[in-house]
Amino acid sequence: MEFLQLLVSGLANGCVYGLIALGFVLIYKATEAVNFAQGDFMMLGAFVTLGLTNAEHMHLPFWLAAPLAIMIMAVLGYLLDFFVLRHLFGQSQTAVVILTIALGFVIRFVAGVIWGHEPQTLESPLAIGDIHLGSVVLGMADVAVIVVTVLMTLFLYQFFQRTKLGLAMQAASQNQMAAYYMGIPVKRVQGLIWGLSGATAAVAGILFASKGAIDPNAGLLGIKAFAAAVIGGFGSLPGALAGGLIIGVIEPFASRYFPAGYSQIAPYALLLIVLVVRPHGLFSQVRIKKV
Amino acid sequence: MRILFKTSYTDDIRLFPDRWTLAVYGALMALAFALPWLIDEFYIGEVTNVLIWAIAGLGLMLLTGQTGQVSLGHAAFLAIGCYTNTILIEIGLPFIVAFPLAGVITGVVGTIIAIPALRLHGIYLAIATIALSILADDIIVLLDPWTGGVSGKFPDMITIFGLEIERWTMPVRFYYLVLAVTVICTLFYRNLLRSPLGRAFAAIRDSEVSATAMGVHILRTKCKAFGLSCMITGWAGALMGYYAGAFNNETFSLVISITLLMMIVIGGLGSIHGAFFGAVVVAFLPQALSILKGATIGGSVAIPGLETGVFGMILILFILFEPMGLYGRWLKIRTWFELFPFARKDMFRRQKSYLKTERLR
Amino acid sequence: MSLLEIKDATLKFGGVVAVNKLSLSVEEGEVYAIVGPNGAGKSTVFNMISRFYQPHAGTFTFDGQNLLERAADQVADLGIARTFQNIELFDHATVLQNLLVGRHRHRKTSLVEELFFAPRVRREEIAHREAVEEVIDFLDLQPYRDKMIAGLPYGVRKVVELGRALASGPRLLLLDEPASGLSVEETQDMRWWIDDIRKQMGITVLMVEHDMGLVSSVCDRVLALADGAKLAEGTPAEVQAHPAVIEAYLGAGAV
Repeated sequence: MEFLQLLVSGLANGCVYGLIALGFVLIYKATEAVNFAQGDFMMLGAFVTLGLTNAEHMHLPFWLAAPLAIMIMAVLGYLLDFFVLRHLFGQSQTAVVILTIALGFVIRFVAGVIWGHEPQTLESPLAIGDIHLGSVVLGMADVAVIVVTVLMTLFLYQFFQRTKLGLAMQAASQNQMAAYYMGIPVKRVQGLIWGLSGATAAVAGILFASKGAIDPNAGLLGIKAFAAAVIGGFGSLPGALAGGLIIGVIEPFASRYFPAGYSQIAPYALLLIVLVVRPHGLFSQVRIKKV
Repeated sequence: MRILFKTSYTDDIRLFPDRWTLAVYGALMALAFALPWLIDEFYIGEVTNVLIWAIAGLGLMLLTGQTGQVSLGHAAFLAIGCYTNTILIEIGLPFIVAFPLAGVITGVVGTIIAIPALRLHGIYLAIATIALSILADDIIVLLDPWTGGVSGKFPDMITIFGLEIERWTMPVRFYYLVLAVTVICTLFYRNLLRSPLGRAFAAIRDSEVSATAMGVHILRTKCKAFGLSCMITGWAGALMGYYAGAFNNETFSLVISITLLMMIVIGGLGSIHGAFFGAVVVAFLPQALSILKGATIGGSVAIPGLETGVFGMILILFILFEPMGLYGRWLKIRTWFELFPFARKDMFRRQKSYLKTERLR
Repeated sequence: MSLLEIKDATLKFGGVVAVNKLSLSVEEGEVYAIVGPNGAGKSTVFNMISRFYQPHAGTFTFDGQNLLERAADQVADLGIARTFQNIELFDHATVLQNLLVGRHRHRKTSLVEELFFAPRVRREEIAHREAVEEVIDFLDLQPYRDKMIAGLPYGVRKVVELGRALASGPRLLLLDEPASGLSVEETQDMRWWIDDIRKQMGITVLMVEHDMGLVSSVCDRVLALADGAKLAEGTPAEVQAHPAVIEAYLGAGAV
């Protein structure tokens, strides 16, 4: 039974990693850049919701605050692209990597100034109550996280496979100039994708905060989400989720069965092994440059 | 307006292209030598700090600016250099042997790590090196018997042929030691730039395909870049250990890795000057901020994340408005004066570029 | 014996056969062109010679040596240099540095020597520089020596790329569409250069080109390629008159 308990809590954690990783993959698919601040976006999304709904702040009902926060984060993502990332148009991945790392620092600082550095809890209806299945106890929040994550992944997957906008986004990433010639408004498409990833981050943030406390450094979780995205392969949405789940499940088992000191290494060691063995992830696309 | 006439091929190979540059750098060296007579010991310590960061910056610059490989894990190599140096001295080697050896060992370790890592491109390499930086912390704890684990280590006093050097009691001597290492590392970097290997680095940065077609072995050359980069970084790490006076698993954290990368971007990627300009910013930003804080809201108030936040903000502004960093800005100002009054505003306008995927599906 | 000999080369991308049982041989000292419509597999042939692509079948022999035993970076050592269809220069380096990278295969100095810039490195550098200056004189690149590639016009970049290939001192030069995107005058220059490269330097040239004017004025032999297979081979006039070539270019029924 302990096995099952570890598995479920691992899966729930893994879903949060997976959701952040989804944000990475979205932006990577559409712009071939990686947003190293995605974890901090998640943290910000959680704090915006907290600011809207908690009693000591604006005290809006949760079911109003959550969509509002998702919208705010989407707008923020779009504006960020409009004011900052658009200026990097056509520059190398490296520039975007460094810029978003810096952005993460700034977001962490701003969140610290506004909401303080003490861990806070979100007054979320998801956080209340447990479900008993035999001897396994599931938190409502855990169940919600799993359900929402699966739905999100399905939705985004369909979006990229089926809709015109989704296809346009992929095209825009693979050859900016050609996409231009085909009449795709590349810059606006990129803005939209940043908005979408902002919204995804907000969802991840709300779910994460429902599971436990949140503080400005929670964004560092993003690093584990990287591991998830890499393990899944950066180009694949289901891969991101799978990678998140793998990392999420490994953690509780490693800390239960490995000697202390070795357990926290496990996710990163796995990451490095995957990078060495399958450099482009388990669900990767082939990458060769054509000359 | 200064005009350069070249009369032989050595003009392009020489360390200093003309007498004027020689004079400028000569004056700079003289100033660096005379510095202890000009400013007091506290500031000598600060300048030493700048130089140590500059050495580390040179190390990363060689990899990121020159070869185009992003590393977010260089703090791990600072740590390797620092611990190796201390351990080598503890087992009885003299500093004059242990210190160079520490750099070489760091370089060798770096090369070994590079072999799998450098098959990775762009972001994958960045993420792998992040993992490396995080793992370094845990590994230092696990290697407790050698590294002292969480309680850390305290480096001994440096002795070079009987001459004692210590950071706190003899800051001037320590400054000269660091200065010497800085000059050597800068010379190494400069020598590489004017020899085939340095050009091969730049070739890999700009086009791996045509570098291959010209006979450059990509993986081997990248490994050399990584190894040399780690060697220099290892020396910086050893000096940082002495400068801090004590270090443990948390001294060389991921934040240091990131700071180092941001530093060379702010300074200006791909140039030696950039490492130094960036180091000045990194070393003096905390001071500037605490002065500013003291003047506005009172110095005693602690604002966590202030330094990194402001640093991040500065970096964003640089990437947006001056992607070539401080060195790029400096070049523009210099060119303006050199060409006066003929400088045009659009002389440095960047070409519009489009990103094309390297992914084929 | 031919300088370059390709026998039954076949390469598939997924289900698409890019090159199908192609055989060709380039004799020492000749200028040989591969022509054909877009997507005929011309550049693919180059990429196989450069060892960027691994053929599924066939043999590649250069000067009696098996090319397929070499890695991509060892091809230059044999004396094969190339240019690229979409110019692959080192954009953030000067023209001079680009040309000097062409000398990479002649490098003799070790890492440690270079770190200390030993006298040998200095001597070697000056020797490289002299070789490169000859190329600069040959291609009239003097005004651009210290210019960054990123700021140069297209036509000049094309010449720099040719120069970089020449600087390596090749025996076989692969030119991938040397005249594409060039003006009439620039194409004319290119024609003279290719002629001189063969006559003065004694370098064998294998090129891919669309401009039939250029091809017929500089080439000894032409191979017409369509859908990865050989259509015709012979002198430029023979190939242009070949019914299969006319059909491939102008469509069936045009004859």
